[in-house]
Amino acid sequence: MIALDPAQLVGTGGAIGALCRTYVSQRVDGETYPFGTLAVNVIGSFALGLVTFAGASEEIVLLLGTGACGSFTTFSSFSFETVRLVEQGESVAAATNAAANLLGSLVAIGVAWFAVRIVLG
Amino acid sequence: MSGPHQLRTLESIALIGIGGFAGSNLRYLVARVIPGLGGTLVVNIVGSFVLGFVLYEAIHAGVLAERTRVVVATGFLSSLTTYSTFGLQTALARGPVWMAANVLATYCLGFAGVLAGRALARRVDGRPGE
Repeated sequence: MIALDPAQLVGTGGAIGALCRTYVSQRVDGETYPFGTLAVNVIGSFALGLVTFAGASEEIVLLLGTGACGSFTTFSSFSFETVRLVEQGESVAAATNAAANLLGSLVAIGVAWFAVRIVLG
Repeated sequence: MSGPHQLRTLESIALIGIGGFAGSNLRYLVARVIPGLGGTLVVNIVGSFVLGFVLYEAIHAGVLAERTRVVVATGFLSSLTTYSTFGLQTALARGPVWMAANVLATYCLGFAGVLAGRALARRVDGRPGE
């Protein structure tokens, strides 16, 4: 097998992840609450959990884990949107957003772990 | 749908893809230099700061072109920062103290990064910081 350049794997996955994130957040996003970012962060955490716990090869981890899942999910948009909610006087929504992203991500990773255990035994 | 509109859409796709390629590679590079929780913390703080600057600059001054903002914010910065790796590293951290410390550090410094970016954007705009 030809050894692929890690930068190509991470970058290709990253480009795919960024485009998928743009698509999903445009489809989901509400005017009043950043559901789009929450959706990509939960879905991407689940997918990264699957790739990690399934024991995929190093190249698959670089392409799908570091590249695609890493780029699909975002922290900068999350932190910006949370600060904006506080500025707009929506402190409860901001706190809910901070908690929902964290809990959603951790629960998704836990579900991925269970799913891999059930499938792989 | 008209021709120019489709071209603009294609151009946006190309710009976001290029930004994603570069952003994910910079994150990978930082993770190799600073392995573990620290590398993820660094990219998330830096990315929050620069995104804060770029998006508040759009609100206040609007000097940067819309195209620039698409490639930098949606492509590069959102790919440089990551929530999934932060979540996974938190879940796999050595005990509840490390988990709590990682969440607190990432959240507090990430929000502080956005506010620092906002302050810088206001300075660029010539308005006093609030």
